[in-house]
Amino acid sequence: MVLGNYKQVIAARSTDAEILRGSQDGGIVTQLFAYALDAGIIDGAIVAGPSDEPFKPEPMVATTREELLASRGTRYSISPNMSLIKEVTRSYGLDKVGVVGTPCQIQALRKGQLYPVGLRDVPDKIALAIGIFCMENFPYQSIIQLVEDHGATALENVSKLDIGKGKFWIYTERGATVQIPLKVTHKYEQPGCHVCLDYVSNLADISTGSVGTPDGWSTVFVRSANGDDIWAKAIAAGAFETKPIDSVKPGIELVTKLATEKITKNQQYIEDRKTKFTVGKELRNPYI
Amino acid sequence: MADKITVGHVHMSGCTGCLVSFADNYEGLLTILDKYADLVYCLTLADVRHIPEMDVALVEGSVCIQDHIAVEEIIETRKNAKIVVALGACACYGNITRFARGGQQNQPQHESYLPIGDLIDVDVYIPGCAPTPQQIRNVCVMAYLLLKGNDEQKALAGAYLTPLMNLAKAGTEACGCDVMYNVINQGLCMGCGSCAAACPVRAITMVYGKPQVERDLCIKCGACYAQCPRSFFSFDVVNQYEGIIDAIDAALQP
Repeated sequence: MVLGNYKQVIAARSTDAEILRGSQDGGIVTQLFAYALDAGIIDGAIVAGPSDEPFKPEPMVATTREELLASRGTRYSISPNMSLIKEVTRSYGLDKVGVVGTPCQIQALRKGQLYPVGLRDVPDKIALAIGIFCMENFPYQSIIQLVEDHGATALENVSKLDIGKGKFWIYTERGATVQIPLKVTHKYEQPGCHVCLDYVSNLADISTGSVGTPDGWSTVFVRSANGDDIWAKAIAAGAFETKPIDSVKPGIELVTKLATEKITKNQQYIEDRKTKFTVGKELRNPYI
Repeated sequence: MADKITVGHVHMSGCTGCLVSFADNYEGLLTILDKYADLVYCLTLADVRHIPEMDVALVEGSVCIQDHIAVEEIIETRKNAKIVVALGACACYGNITRFARGGQQNQPQHESYLPIGDLIDVDVYIPGCAPTPQQIRNVCVMAYLLLKGNDEQKALAGAYLTPLMNLAKAGTEACGCDVMYNVINQGLCMGCGSCAAACPVRAITMVYGKPQVERDLCIKCGACYAQCPRSFFSFDVVNQYEGIIDAIDAALQP
């Protein structure tokens, strides 16, 4: 169950060259939303848009292809996408909402649909939830520290950040590449990530990420009935190029391995919170 | 239908917004009343004068302890109801009545208001100001399944209602501070922004990925903490979200 329920898993990338030009991997999120917007499946999507500060994401309601394109690429910092989940059905007036999020944000979304305490009318307006794989996230200050101190690179010159192959990679506009061992990055992780028991967005309609497929491609899990329906339509519309997951390297085994590692490590930390921090008390466990 | 449950709406010191929220299920409310529940008491909608016996009491508002009729009514409600639900933030947590302090005409001594859980045992909380129509609807459907369903349905309803029962056990105090005390300070916040979305008065903004609570704006409704996925999160329930949403939709078909 470390990979959650899914109907199919494939290797895929967008067939749209413009989307691929600025996408982190296979352009799955941008392409799916762009297709869903065209097809009327959604009338907008909450995405991690750009902000005034480099690589600091800002949640944004995208209702055009241009806005979707502007939000391409991973920022490795916190974008509180759920903060817009009610507003998107209010002043933005959307009826069919798309939302992209990390596993924890998709968990928040599904909790909000089942237990809508402060989210009136939100539960029935979620049309497409795309989850991304996530090992851990970083506060913005951590990104500054990693890129500018450990990486000795000005953040405003960075064109892309990536975590892969055991390294934190910094690519600059002028073509330089800097790599930092992941071991160095651990102290900068967001502490709340250490109780997370989901790697591949188990509760999304469709989830996607880099691990398992070659550069420029993405691993895609099609999970819910809704996701299955939308994925089939997007394939029929020619939005994606696909390959069977067992025809690519490193494939699903690596995804399973990393998911297992994350969940095992974090389960241990949740156990430790009951015994190793306290005497006669426990730190709080949110999972019941 | 013979196997309907009986439901009452008890109005303490509330604003009727909770009842309006229930009514805002539109046809869904009519389906609930057709198939699953008889509304046996509700001063706003029906001419039953005294609190009868009922399976579920939906209680909105807090209790003014200087108003002896209010105190008698909440005690009567507990005696007459199998399940007492605190409907909305006033009943759960006091909400805006926390700020009451008397001195107004023509009952200047009406100054002390308590959430119903400080006077009687409460089984289920539905927090929120206003509580959402969908949350009230879900609790009604689940309460019906718990009392009238088959074993499988009872198990699901029990699992669904458990977090809302745990909130009732956890206490009668709520504030934007809860996301500090119980989430950030506990090392559990991951910056999703649910609290900011849930707040009815926009007292929470996300600053560098973490909640910033404007406490003088907060009306102490408890929505932020209840909505936070790191307050309670049941994999057993949420992993079944597709089935549960489909089941509730199916139950509400006329």
